[in-house]
Amino acid sequence: MGSFLTNYEEVAAVILFVIGMANLLLQPNLIKKIIGLDVMDAAVYLFLAAKGYIEGRTAPIVVDGILDAEHYINPIPAGLVLTGIVVSVSVSALMMALTISLYREYHTLNLDEIMMKLRKEEE
Amino acid sequence: MSKLNPNYENSFWHHFSQWVKGEYNPIDGQLEMNAPDKEVFGDEKIHYVHLHIVKTQNYNERMFEEGIARNIRRFTGLYRILGVLVALFMICLLLWTVNYLPQFGDPNAPENNEVAERYIEKGLEETGAVNIVTGMILDYRAFDTFGESCVLFVASCCVLVLLRVDKDDNPDSRAREDMEDRHYEPKNDMILQRVADFLVPLIIIFGIYVVLNGHISPGGGFSGGAIIGSGLILYLTAYGFEKTRHFMNERVIKTLTVCALTFYCFAKSYSFYTGANHLHSVITPGTPGNILSAGLIVYLNICVGIVVACTMYSFYTLFRKGGI
Repeated sequence: MGSFLTNYEEVAAVILFVIGMANLLLQPNLIKKIIGLDVMDAAVYLFLAAKGYIEGRTAPIVVDGILDAEHYINPIPAGLVLTGIVVSVSVSALMMALTISLYREYHTLNLDEIMMKLRKEEE
Repeated sequence: MSKLNPNYENSFWHHFSQWVKGEYNPIDGQLEMNAPDKEVFGDEKIHYVHLHIVKTQNYNERMFEEGIARNIRRFTGLYRILGVLVALFMICLLLWTVNYLPQFGDPNAPENNEVAERYIEKGLEETGAVNIVTGMILDYRAFDTFGESCVLFVASCCVLVLLRVDKDDNPDSRAREDMEDRHYEPKNDMILQRVADFLVPLIIIFGIYVVLNGHISPGGGFSGGAIIGSGLILYLTAYGFEKTRHFMNERVIKTLTVCALTFYCFAKSYSFYTGANHLHSVITPGTPGNILSAGLIVYLNICVGIVVACTMYSFYTLFRKGGI
């Protein structure tokens, strides 16, 4: 209880995450929504990196043949962050491509206008 | 310098002083660039945009008549308030959760369990990789990384499907395409080309170094591949598509990516198969710290690097002109 003041990495990650989510919810512009999603991704990486850190230990690259788990930080979050970065790059590229084809079709990036035009087309 | 020099008109100092005074521009006549003028936003397009605005205004007026606009505005207001409330709720919930997390940097936190210990203590002996993270992602969890490479490949295929511009292969249409591509981009920019001449080899060599040293130092296929891809993109912006088309066209990218993924799949399947059935494997960890050590990790890193570099390059070309 009360690890609020010492865990400021996690607090920063949570705040970043909510900033990205608010962007995703409140911005009508599709490009800004994608930026919001990327901010959320960055928050998750920050959280994972903060979880993997252990006070006073070094990066998990064997130096001088020391094979003691007491000497290195946790390597698993690093691998998870790598996976996350690759997937986020792919998802961003795919969403950008979809946004471009939507723009070609409707000549606007505003999601509300696109929805109105869609409804009009359906009628 | 010496104005007494009979050849002063052609000397370096003459040009230099003229350049300082602003009378002579070395790039003059070589740089081709079309300002974004009427050619792109021609009358037709402006007319279209006006028409579009008029249309939307009419549309809004009609919406007012039908009273739908009021509903929409009410809904938008409600949506905004609800969005802010959801965000506030999320931030309170997550901060409350953070309050119960273990201390930052605590060695006894539950996530620092026997799995991480096992990777660190046995990783060097079993995989031969000095960089434990590389040993983990390319040996113990190699099929996870294979899935990531496939995700990248599938993403580039999807972008290709979405953004592809159909084109024929005759030189005329290619020339026209290059013309259209160059509307906003400067052509034969001397400064950019000199800087690219100097930087591109360095960037690509650095990328290859990062890929090949993935198992003995920080780095690996993903970061090195991204560096190589950025070098290729710099070369492309400096020299245009007619230069890069010779070595990075659609067929080359397709062949490289598919070969790298297939090799990755078969190599790792072999090592998992022999390992699971206690068969003799020809792959040995080697001496830790050497370039050619750590069994398959070097080759898998090269495969991942190729896939990532090709994907980055094809993303750039697809977004720029809708084709590789």
